[in-house]
Amino acid sequence: MNAYGRQLFTALRFLLCATLLLGLAYPALVFGLGQLVAPAQANGSIITAGGQAAGSSLLAQPVTGTAYFFPRPSAVGWDPATSSASNLGPNQAALVEAMATNRAEVAAREKTSMDAVPVDAVTASGSGLDPDISPAYAALQMPRVAAANGLSEAAVQELIAENTSTGVNAFLGQSSVNTTTLNAALAAVQKTAKGLRE
Amino acid sequence: MDLNVFSLATQLAVLIVVLAALHQPLGKYLANTFTSHKHLAVEHGLYKLSGVDAHADQHWKVYLRSLLAFSVVSIVLLFLAQLLQRFLPLNQGMGAVDPWVAMNTAVSFVTNTNWQTYVPETTLGFGIQMMLLAVQNFLSAAVGLAVVVALIRGLTRAQTSNLGNFWVDLARGTLRVLLPMAIVGAVVLIITGVIQNWGGTNIHTLVTGAQQTVPGGPVASQEAIKLLGTNGGGYFNANSAHPFENPTAFSSLFQVFLILVIPFSLPAMYGRMVGDKRQGYTVLTVMVAFWLASTIFMSWAIGAFNGSGTSVGEGFEQRLGVAPSALFATATTLTSTGAVNVAHDSLPPLAGGLAMLNMMLGEIAPGGVGSGLYGMLILAVVAVFIGGLMVGRTPEFLGKKIGAPQMKLVALYILVTPTLVLLGTAITVATPALAAAAPAEGPHGFSEILYAFTSAANNNGSAFGGITSSGPGLATMLALAMLIGRFLPIALVLALAGSLAKQRKIPATTGTLATHGPLFAVLLGGISLILTALTYFPALALGPAAEGLLK
Repeated sequence: MNAYGRQLFTALRFLLCATLLLGLAYPALVFGLGQLVAPAQANGSIITAGGQAAGSSLLAQPVTGTAYFFPRPSAVGWDPATSSASNLGPNQAALVEAMATNRAEVAAREKTSMDAVPVDAVTASGSGLDPDISPAYAALQMPRVAAANGLSEAAVQELIAENTSTGVNAFLGQSSVNTTTLNAALAAVQKTAKGLRE
Repeated sequence: MDLNVFSLATQLAVLIVVLAALHQPLGKYLANTFTSHKHLAVEHGLYKLSGVDAHADQHWKVYLRSLLAFSVVSIVLLFLAQLLQRFLPLNQGMGAVDPWVAMNTAVSFVTNTNWQTYVPETTLGFGIQMMLLAVQNFLSAAVGLAVVVALIRGLTRAQTSNLGNFWVDLARGTLRVLLPMAIVGAVVLIITGVIQNWGGTNIHTLVTGAQQTVPGGPVASQEAIKLLGTNGGGYFNANSAHPFENPTAFSSLFQVFLILVIPFSLPAMYGRMVGDKRQGYTVLTVMVAFWLASTIFMSWAIGAFNGSGTSVGEGFEQRLGVAPSALFATATTLTSTGAVNVAHDSLPPLAGGLAMLNMMLGEIAPGGVGSGLYGMLILAVVAVFIGGLMVGRTPEFLGKKIGAPQMKLVALYILVTPTLVLLGTAITVATPALAAAAPAEGPHGFSEILYAFTSAANNNGSAFGGITSSGPGLATMLALAMLIGRFLPIALVLALAGSLAKQRKIPATTGTLATHGPLFAVLLGGISLILTALTYFPALALGPAAEGLLK
């Protein structure tokens, strides 16, 4: 074997050995450490409802009807089978159109003026899976949700406050309301109320 | 979405304090790693199994040949594995990858670019992501480290052509530096919410009544090295915008830290290895100045944007917001990372243009792992040369003469990336079939193409995602840009290192232009800017600048 051949063979053996360490041992070790230190997070931050897994608190869920808080628009229909942004340019006509359509839709749904609709309500997130909305968008949806659930606005307001980011993450990022955990809290309240009535 | 200036300033301050505290200890550790004569037990085993003679001191040509052999084998293996995915374990039922996509991806990960023309969720299973892509994340970064170490040896050694041992440098960079740091980083990421498991969770009834499959996978382990190695290839399509890759504003800040920590520590390693810490500090100052200026400008460009009928929000994550996105977008394009936590395609025109300018600067502030510092040292040689011409003396750099042979190599190095970027963009724009891949109307379509070639040739990997690069034409052209943009500069750097190592060391005299201190820092920064500006401003004027003006 000449020098080139020898180098290639060395390279192949080096790569295979490195793969055992970096491609198998390393992820397995991190998996073990994850299960030890923070199993809930490592397994997807799954939330439960009535003992059943009901989604991940980190992922948006599609909403229909009037009973729940809507997440932001999504380029992938809130389906985590893929993730994507719209990738529309900042001044592109398609984006202007999409934002106008979304704005009209939200204004009609919440029975409010177009000007009252905040920007996060009409723009798709980078992942299409962002569960968070701005406090302004949550406040906009609050009366509708309260009415649909037969709850007082004060009670719903309280649930919003409980599901609004606080502390470090609110400061480093911005104040946001997690629609997935908020809707789960709403569902739990409804279930309890139903139980009491029966 | 509005920019919280106080939050941005605090995050910058935190990063500066933490990086300032770490860069000397880590730089010292890095210098020890690459100068030590001892081998670890696991390294002994690795050398034995792969037939490496760890004591051999390689001529620069042998060093380069080893590096190229390793990269060729890596590309071929990664390419074949994707074609044969159906037969490989842990494939989640996913079959063969389209050959053009597989070729582009293989080149992309081995060149430390991590341009992603594939949609990970629907193309690759755990097996390939974990056992091939993530492995290249370690090794391609370690290759960058090895090259800069070899260049520094060229500066410090005298009357030899030998630059050390590629295999030893590769193993040490991986096992002593990247692996331990990645383990710590991955655990922190898991605590913030990044997943690390072996399967998704089927949710039959979501809170809102619909159905969903919560994705799974070994994400945290890949995420940590994706950032530490300035790779940038996301486990998911949305990269660090995906809630499972980057769950909170804190994890976002931590990821920016992971991107910056090694590149900002390399000047300290350099200072120690050449026996003059001031050299390291001078280079570091230039890097920090560019990084701070660019971050502030980026934040302003996003915060001040007011489109016609649009405003800042599209492509941003609500849970992160403007400040984390500006920090991330700057760090990822000033290094060779290319991970994104906001859709760059939807950034305001000036901000998108700045992301391109960051890459066009040559990714030197602080730049990719290894590649940032060798890029900066090449510019230092240019600065020394121009400074020497101004004072009328033969230019010297750390006691080595910079003559015609050296300057030829340096000039070629400077020309490689701009040629690839401008030629690639021009060919694509002039070929309707290729230009159709960027369907956005007007200057934005041009920006998408210019961004793609800038990203590929500089081995960044971020994209204006509206472009479709999976067709044979663009997949091949971008792969070529990545290959040539990575390995031709490396070959030139190693050749330069070899020619410097051969020289005797000339003692410095009073007439020698000092390569440390504020004067040289200004010269170095100025030359980096002028070279970039002269090369790229016409192209930038046609893309992002026109876009910002037209509306």
